[in-house]
Amino acid sequence: MLRFAPGIAIALLALPVIGGLAGTILPAFGYLPALGGGELSLEPFMTVLGQPGLLRSSLIALAAGVVTAAISIVLVALFVGGWSETRTFHFIQSLVSPLLAVPHAAAAFGLAFMIAPSGFLARLVSPWATGWERPPDWLIVNDPLGLSFMAGLIVKEVPFLLLMTLAALPQVPLSASNRLAASLGYGRVAGFLFTTWPAIYRQIRLAVFAVIAFASSAVEVAYILGPTTPAALPVRLVEWMNDPDLSSRFMASAGAVLQLGITLAALLIWLALEKLCGMTMMHFCEQGRRYRSDRLLRLAALVLIALTALIVFGGLAVLALWSVSGLWQFPDVLPDALSLRGWMQTLPRIGNPLVTTVTVGLASTLLSTLIVIGSLASGQRDGNGTRWKLFFLYLPLLVPQAGFVFGLKLFLTHGGVGATWAALVLVHTVFVLPYIFLSLSAPWRAFDTRYEAIAAGLGKSGWTTLLVIRLPMLSRAILVACAVGFAVSVGQYLPTVLIGAGRLVTITTEAVALGAGGNRRVIGIYAFLQMLLPFLGFAFAAVVPTLLFRNRRAMKIA
Amino acid sequence: MPDETTAGLRLDAVRIRLDGRELVAVDSRVRPGETLTVMGPSGSGKSTLLAYVGGFLDPVFAGEGRVICGGRDIANFPAQERHAGILFQDPLLFPHMSVGGNLVFAMPGTIAGKPARRARAEAALADVGLEGFYDRDPDTLSGGQKARVALARVLLAEPNFLLLDEPFSKLDMQLRGQIRTLVFERARRSRLPVILVTHDEADASAAGGDVIEIG
Repeated sequence: MLRFAPGIAIALLALPVIGGLAGTILPAFGYLPALGGGELSLEPFMTVLGQPGLLRSSLIALAAGVVTAAISIVLVALFVGGWSETRTFHFIQSLVSPLLAVPHAAAAFGLAFMIAPSGFLARLVSPWATGWERPPDWLIVNDPLGLSFMAGLIVKEVPFLLLMTLAALPQVPLSASNRLAASLGYGRVAGFLFTTWPAIYRQIRLAVFAVIAFASSAVEVAYILGPTTPAALPVRLVEWMNDPDLSSRFMASAGAVLQLGITLAALLIWLALEKLCGMTMMHFCEQGRRYRSDRLLRLAALVLIALTALIVFGGLAVLALWSVSGLWQFPDVLPDALSLRGWMQTLPRIGNPLVTTVTVGLASTLLSTLIVIGSLASGQRDGNGTRWKLFFLYLPLLVPQAGFVFGLKLFLTHGGVGATWAALVLVHTVFVLPYIFLSLSAPWRAFDTRYEAIAAGLGKSGWTTLLVIRLPMLSRAILVACAVGFAVSVGQYLPTVLIGAGRLVTITTEAVALGAGGNRRVIGIYAFLQMLLPFLGFAFAAVVPTLLFRNRRAMKIA
Repeated sequence: MPDETTAGLRLDAVRIRLDGRELVAVDSRVRPGETLTVMGPSGSGKSTLLAYVGGFLDPVFAGEGRVICGGRDIANFPAQERHAGILFQDPLLFPHMSVGGNLVFAMPGTIAGKPARRARAEAALADVGLEGFYDRDPDTLSGGQKARVALARVLLAEPNFLLLDEPFSKLDMQLRGQIRTLVFERARRSRLPVILVTHDEADASAAGGDVIEIG
């Protein structure tokens, strides 16, 4: 039975992507028989290209992909180079890591609540320093250049790339290289960049590509923080896709193909940048300069990394405060009174999205975990290559969601499936499974297989060994992987909006929808729930093994 | 009961290769209660011999040859049907079970009923000088105590033979002799054929059987 698991995993990851792409590309060329489109034509593309401000929308998406990834990776490289193996490093690592569990939409709201003209930072300095009695009329959030939009992406990319880097670190001789470079007189950062970084980058490259693909097609962050006239392409795409006029589906499909092209362009630009940076590094490396005075650079990296965490967590705290605030006028730093009125008013309406969020999250996590464990267990038995498997794993993360989920939706609607709970679970699984696999594969491989040899020697079958020895011993890692998967499901916006089609709503889709209304109390409540759910998942993953194995010292966190 | 000519463990033309290069070539017979000691430098492939006999050879290695135990060739049996009692350098007690849980897990199903199984495990603990350790957390035991539990666990499973992979090398000097004596004494008492892999001459002389060098 186990040997079918890798096949199921690959089918589950590849089929929706490939099928969805076909379902997007064919209507883009006018082919959608269910809507009377029987002939190929370029008309849908003409319609898209005729949309006002399309070039600007596209450029914002392109820039978001390349610029945010570049800033994030530079920050992570400088930080790891400047601070690895220090106590500060571990402190910052534990500060930044939880950010990974915060859904994109919640992080974006948190950021907005901090930096908006009427936000917490402006209140801190008003009116005593600024003289502002009312919020200044500045476009900080939704600025036309998309700067706050990009900031919102960066605060989520940094923890992801940092974690991927940390996972790659054990496979490079970091301390030895650091010491060697230092003994040759190199500064910390330069020594790291010249000796260790290239090997690390090679390992996290696919993750960086996934970041670029996500950022160039991000919907909810662009919706909350991005420019509005015109909006970034992904936001406009969703508007077209949700247009009740059925004929606009051709245009939406063509737009989705344009989005695919933009993401591809962002990746190509990145490949060129990689080459350029590699050559520049080579050049500096061969010059032999030691770059010993890098204190300012190290400090800047540290401050910026810490700032990403502080701003988001500060914003989330402000947002939680908003959810229970009474009157809270500008420029008061704190609300005049606390009130549960917002919660009382909103609670009756929360039940339905909450149930959908939790059940879809649990179901897709459970399904993914079973498939991942099956794949890992069977891969361990055959022990064959993993290079192309990794490609399939990253496939749903490398192809923009808008590019294939829309096609998938068209398949489902015209195939008569529609917005069902099961369809939503399956689509979430496409995105949850890769993260669970990435999270679980390292501890799985690190498991000491001599335990299994002993169990086999004791006459135990492979299944008994798996169920009684390996899985319980890995219970902590498995539950953490589940918590990661659950957090991914909770945060899914676009697939939920498209497949749910308004009939299945989650906390995340509600939060983003309410964001337009601007009622801070209600946004506060939904964004609070958005971060509460992943937090509960991780708390569960921490507490359960501790209780189960409370008398087993070796089962505690190493 | 196998007669005198088939009793014990026979390695018949056992060869293990890595990328076409021969690492191990053994033809040998181990009688019940006797020990075959395999010596060689680290990396010589002596542990892969144990993996081949035990049925957990990494797929990157290619092994061939007959492993005859009690008159049957077990070389193509899955690991769980070979009943190999294995002791590694580390005691490798299952950390999520109690000491008693480790022992009960090892016991064959033929010992039925919870009280009977517990009593059997308690007796096995007493036999290695660890009375009253049944409910203990394995991680709270000393190195020597862990080694004794590992031995008790392996014997409780009623193995057909023992495979010892440098099981004494991580114990300190005083303990080493003590545990070594205990292991060989129990193996002799249970009339188990033993294959011992080591690079310690003292292990070889304590074992007292044939010695082959590889690598």
